[in-house]
Amino acid sequence: MSELILPKIDKTTILSRDKIIYKLKKITKSENVLHQDDEIKPYETDALSAYKQRPLLVVLPENVQEVSKILKYCNEEKIKVIPRGAGTGLSGGALPLNDAILLGLGKFNKILEIDFNNKCVVAQPGVTNLSITHAVQHRGFYYAPDPSSQLACSIGGNVAENSGGVHSLKYGTTTNNILGVELVLMDGKICRLGGKTLDQEGYDLLGLICGSEGLLGVITEVTVKILKKPQSVKAALIGFPSIEDSGNCVTEIISKGIVPAGMEIMDKALIEATDNFCKAGYPRDAETLLIVELDGTTSEVNELIKTVSEIAKKNNSSSIKLSKNEKERLAFWAGRKAAFPACGAMAPDYYCMDGTIPRGKLSQVLKEIQRLSKKYNLPVANAFHAGDGNLHPLIMYDGNNKDELKRTEEFGADILKYCVKLGGVLTGEHGVGIEKRELMCEMFNDNDIQQQLKIKQSLDEKNLLNPGKVYPILRKCAEEGRVHVHRGENKFPDLPRF
Amino acid sequence: MSTEVKINSPISQDSNYILKPKNEEEVSLIVKDLYKKNLPTEIIGSSSKNFIGNKLQCAKILNLSKLSGIIEYLPEELYIKVKACTPLVEIEEILRKNNQQLAFEPIDFGYISFSKSNKGTAAGYLSCNFAGSRRFKSGSVRDHVLGFRGVNGKGDIIKSGGTVVKNVTGYDLSKLITGSFGTLIALTEITFKVLPKKDSSSTLVIHEKNKEKIAKLFDNLQSSSNEISGSIFVPVEPNDKKYTKNREKIFKFNDLKNEGSFLAIRMEGSKKSIDERIRGLTDELNLKDKTKSILDVHQSLLFWERINNLELFSETLNGLVRVVVPPSRCIDLMKYLDQNYKYYIDWCGALFWIEISGMDETKLLKIKDYIITLGGYVTVIKNPKNLAPIKDIFTIDETRLHISKKIKESFDPKGIFNPGKMYRSI
Ligand SMILES: Cc1cc2nc3c(=O)[nH]c(=O)nc-3n(C[C@H](O)[C@H](O)[C@H](O)COP(=O)(O)OP(=O)(O)OC[C@H]3O[C@@H](n4cnc5c(N)ncnc54)[C@H](O)[C@@H]3O)c2cc1C
Repeated sequence: MSELILPKIDKTTILSRDKIIYKLKKITKSENVLHQDDEIKPYETDALSAYKQRPLLVVLPENVQEVSKILKYCNEEKIKVIPRGAGTGLSGGALPLNDAILLGLGKFNKILEIDFNNKCVVAQPGVTNLSITHAVQHRGFYYAPDPSSQLACSIGGNVAENSGGVHSLKYGTTTNNILGVELVLMDGKICRLGGKTLDQEGYDLLGLICGSEGLLGVITEVTVKILKKPQSVKAALIGFPSIEDSGNCVTEIISKGIVPAGMEIMDKALIEATDNFCKAGYPRDAETLLIVELDGTTSEVNELIKTVSEIAKKNNSSSIKLSKNEKERLAFWAGRKAAFPACGAMAPDYYCMDGTIPRGKLSQVLKEIQRLSKKYNLPVANAFHAGDGNLHPLIMYDGNNKDELKRTEEFGADILKYCVKLGGVLTGEHGVGIEKRELMCEMFNDNDIQQQLKIKQSLDEKNLLNPGKVYPILRKCAEEGRVHVHRGENKFPDLPRF
Repeated sequence: MSTEVKINSPISQDSNYILKPKNEEEVSLIVKDLYKKNLPTEIIGSSSKNFIGNKLQCAKILNLSKLSGIIEYLPEELYIKVKACTPLVEIEEILRKNNQQLAFEPIDFGYISFSKSNKGTAAGYLSCNFAGSRRFKSGSVRDHVLGFRGVNGKGDIIKSGGTVVKNVTGYDLSKLITGSFGTLIALTEITFKVLPKKDSSSTLVIHEKNKEKIAKLFDNLQSSSNEISGSIFVPVEPNDKKYTKNREKIFKFNDLKNEGSFLAIRMEGSKKSIDERIRGLTDELNLKDKTKSILDVHQSLLFWERINNLELFSETLNGLVRVVVPPSRCIDLMKYLDQNYKYYIDWCGALFWIEISGMDETKLLKIKDYIITLGGYVTVIKNPKNLAPIKDIFTIDETRLHISKKIKESFDPKGIFNPGKMYRSI
């Protein structure tokens, strides 16, 4: 994508590379310090792959003491550090900087304790989301937040991004499902926030860390809550002739006091894309498709799914299928879960947006997206976590075409601005990272941003931990929105950088 | 633990001692002035809970009670936006009309002092972060705050969050200020997530006093797939005149068959589903041979209301502490408390409310040290008037105190908001 303004490169650090390698090799095993080109290459980007940066070097510490020593050393020597989990982030949160050490948590890959008595699991941050469920499912338990990337993304990354999934409406996001973390601050201090109790007393530092995108500390251990699997789970696959009808149906389900485990809407473009991609058996005549999943006790689920069907019919549904067994239920989800690869198969590249809107504004937003799609001449497909209002428009483009790239980026920004305008927010689960940094001023004014920066400063005085992410580099939110600047051609060279 | 003592300015009872702004702009102007003059200030809503925390002696009182009223309530979007000091009962009332509720089940702290309801304001409630019986199922207060506006210690108006549930735009300050006892920000506006009320509810009461069996039941209940939304154990009071025996009176219900200790389990949902779950639990927990009672919806509602009003401790002259432990340590704490304290257990074994007669620093510290070894924490809720001030009302360790100080400085650089309320050095 367009070139970014990045924090000013510290030439002294670049010149001291050999010394830094030498020092780090004294802290951790020498094979844990990667500095050859071919070793570093895989770390140049995360899942927002349009942006690439070479890190100064990569270090893969093995325990919390090593993390602490590395951070303390970097803090003293004023070396920037970028934490990285599995690199599946979609907002460029783990994008390296040329003068920064990339600190990978890949070696923190063990589950430390499965505590069925306290219904929790203690895991190192590099453990994948799904492997937590795998570790406890033999006793009928699972870890609730289920990002689509759960096979690959790390639990530390989930905490850093406060990741959600299709079941967030009923079960919450990461922040509602963790009990504690071990964290290393930039000065090397190791601290424990929370533990195995519900809630912590005093300032909710755990709540602050969750979703802080690696700016406040490096997470070295996570304690998550596990839940018992519900007795019964059923899903309904409902086609509608219009966006309004599906939107009204969702509103009525909620108004009736039903809180489904999951509620997803797909637009026509996505129905076709996913049905082509994985033969999901979706109703291709429908304008929109709604998947409603209900869980609980058997009779409750049966009762509720009946009510949902009735509500759907009342709202002009064109087709209703109810899952008769687990295989069918999973088949209903197969298409939705393949939304990203399906779009990937339709165009050389796709760009996934992540705004949240008030549920009731769905048809208004989708109409605007259609208008913009025509304006920018780019196809788009929409997936919507209807329960919690989280909208994922997938813009399809060709990255080799410079003009298309620029249009894609502007299209995406326009969608997010519109989400904010209607009372929504810039990002529901993917984080701000590098991608939406300059859009922060759409939602926050200078006071709001300054307060957040003060918090950052209070825990990382020299702004060395993941700098250049989340907060606009042009510090004043009075400066309008997104800035396109080529490297070295900063329009406001005199403004302070952060 | 810190022993540093914050010295506040002496009370200067000038005519402007109590400041009562009418709107956010006025709050901002007042705080800018307080900041300039460096005046320690106590922030109050309706003072319903200001007995919790260290006593303050401040130069000014910032009374925010005029910031009251519902700004926006969209039932179908599941949120309500209110001015900070809107009475909680007003919010609950309008939600009830729409068959919705604050799912964290607010506790009424009025009874422990005056035997009557006094739920206070939204901001006051948020600042304490004490959720009621549904907590282990539905989350705490912090899990239901979607956004806020307020004025920091410099007088700047700031906001965070929004009105939608899925939001990771910037740091989650809503969580940070929940439970901060007014030490970070003067709140002006709050958005709560709300949830539908269930159609019906019922309470299964198991008459049991054996501690091991209770702990085992709690453990099984936590992992039951027969969804429950409340689970408490109420033992008989100790045989000690210093504790009021009001238990039988409070829990006098037609359908409560037995006297003595009991464990109560709440189920909410449709009538059919509740019946199914009661049957399910009876099998799952092997309750066939146990003495049981079932409270119907009317009795059940009243029962849980009384629990969450802390009516067991009505007008107590003793100390009252709130203790949270990892659920597996519930058995240890039960044994430790034994017949020497009046208490009950909530949150399926994770929360203890304990009344302590003759509470003083030494007695409190002894219990606290023990609870810390269990991995839990203690909050002093009520410190009787005739007792000397207690140093550590909250539980904190060195590193968290260090971080908390930094956070405090970032919001309130001169430390003018509720100085020393939570920790002497903050
Ligand atoms: C196909 C696909 C589907 C996705 N679906 C979803 C979805 O449904 N829901 C959702 O929420 N997200 C989704 N994501 C986004 C992504 O998977 C999540 O944001 C995930 O939590 C990132 O985890 P990670 O380990 O890959 O972190 P990374 O990408 O490595 O890092 C993400 C951020 O966290 C920081 N970080 C990582 N580890 C640590 C640590 N230990 N300590 C401190 N900071 C750290 C990094 O600095 C960076 O800022 C999806 C991504 C892909 C590619």
